[in-house]
Amino acid sequence: MYVAVKGGEAAIENAHRLLADRRRGDRGLPAITEAQITEQLSLAVDRVMAEASLYDPGLAALAIRQARGDMIEAIFILRAYRTTLPRFGTSLPLDSRAMRIERRISATYKDLPGGQLLGPTFDYTHRLLDPTLLGDPDIPDPAHRDGGLGDLARVSDILDGESLIETEADNGAEPGDITRTPQEFPLSRAERLQSLARGDEGFLLALAYSTQRGYGRSHPFVGEIRIGLATVEIEIPELGFSVAIGDVRVTECQMVNQFKGSTERPPQFTRGYGLVFGQSERKAMAMSLCDRALRAAEYGEEITAPAQDEEFVISHCDNVEATGFVEHLKLPHYVDFQAELGLVRRLRAAWQERGDLPEAESVEPIGEAAQ
Amino acid sequence: MDAAAALDPETERRRQRMGLLARASAAEFDAAWAALAVLPEVTDLRGPETGLVMLTGRIGGDGARFNLGEATVSRSTVRLASGHIGFGQLLGSDQNRARRAAIFDALAGTEEGRRVVDRLCADVEARLVREGQRQEAETASTRVDFFTLVRGED
Repeated sequence: MYVAVKGGEAAIENAHRLLADRRRGDRGLPAITEAQITEQLSLAVDRVMAEASLYDPGLAALAIRQARGDMIEAIFILRAYRTTLPRFGTSLPLDSRAMRIERRISATYKDLPGGQLLGPTFDYTHRLLDPTLLGDPDIPDPAHRDGGLGDLARVSDILDGESLIETEADNGAEPGDITRTPQEFPLSRAERLQSLARGDEGFLLALAYSTQRGYGRSHPFVGEIRIGLATVEIEIPELGFSVAIGDVRVTECQMVNQFKGSTERPPQFTRGYGLVFGQSERKAMAMSLCDRALRAAEYGEEITAPAQDEEFVISHCDNVEATGFVEHLKLPHYVDFQAELGLVRRLRAAWQERGDLPEAESVEPIGEAAQ
Repeated sequence: MDAAAALDPETERRRQRMGLLARASAAEFDAAWAALAVLPEVTDLRGPETGLVMLTGRIGGDGARFNLGEATVSRSTVRLASGHIGFGQLLGSDQNRARRAAIFDALAGTEEGRRVVDRLCADVEARLVREGQRQEAETASTRVDFFTLVRGED
């Protein structure tokens, strides 16, 4: 129950003023700029864009700064900004095959066409704190290798040639949009992927981990991870053709899973798919594992684990929604609590009348909750 | 794209041009603007304005479409005193660049404007090619060259 109360305006105003001060920190240090955040904390920017479901590096950097580096707060701010803008339309599907590749690896084929391209990865670093980064050290230019990248065929295309892997057919269906229509379970796979693409990385990572530890059948291989720039094209209705409007960095993960076959389907590999804004390999991998786990019913697999439960996963993966409901608990619940207090007092009185409680243990009534 | 393949050559050129104008930097627009003999008289027909475009992907990379998430897009439609209409649209919130893109798209319809626009687009394309080649060479330098160790069996 909520009751309008007055008061607190001055306290709130001063609290926000204090927040602005603490956000700025030591005035003796230069203020950090959005460009610095975009350039030097780019993976934080990528995460905010992915989970806010809005691709705009500059605005994501502003949100990170405004939120003092609190990622979920930044995601919330950018998600809220999104709702203030009109939607002009829908892009043509991004073509991950034509992506300008910045990293591409496969854990299933050592010698795939084009090879293993490590790109700017944390893999194989020693995860030791690097004191040489203190200050502003000279960073050598990257190495170059001529000859281009050659043909970077998809791993799924290689397996596809032998029908060893399920194929994804384009049935031409108009995809559902979770931002326009209220969720109704069961969802289509397209709607699930939209939810997962903006789902909380930590939550999806934990669920993906749970499938590996035995909570849900899964025997996954990373067929391929590719990171790069994909061209965005939109139709211009007035002109009757489509034009490129720029490029977005995305991470794609093709997870390959074993499938023993059923009466309807021969044994073959099945797929889980992950596609995420920015350089977000962990998130794309977690997404693809969750996507595959959520397809259990499709393959007649027994649904026994949380990661296979669509309603559980999709209803709880959005950190903006989760934050809203968890954090609302700190808003005034004074009247609610008074009602509960009265109830507990009455229950205790009745309980004591029955003579169950030794006198010594009887508890003094709690003082009125601060109002 | 199949639809693009069917376009007549002039329309296809415009399509390419608009794609390059979407990627032109503010500095590149400024340089082209300065190269115009006569500055155009511009009427804004729509915008410049910023909104959203829903980016779509394909399930598994080539299956049915799904909504991946939105991106900010700025767009502008202008008419020049010559009557030529131009469209500008690009990723991000930079409405000035979107309006410049629209103006240069319209200018491409005029004879002297066309030369400046072609130069601008050639510069943008050259930069994009340079950046692409550099990035490709950097990525290629991280390719793993596997070698097999001789095992001690024989």
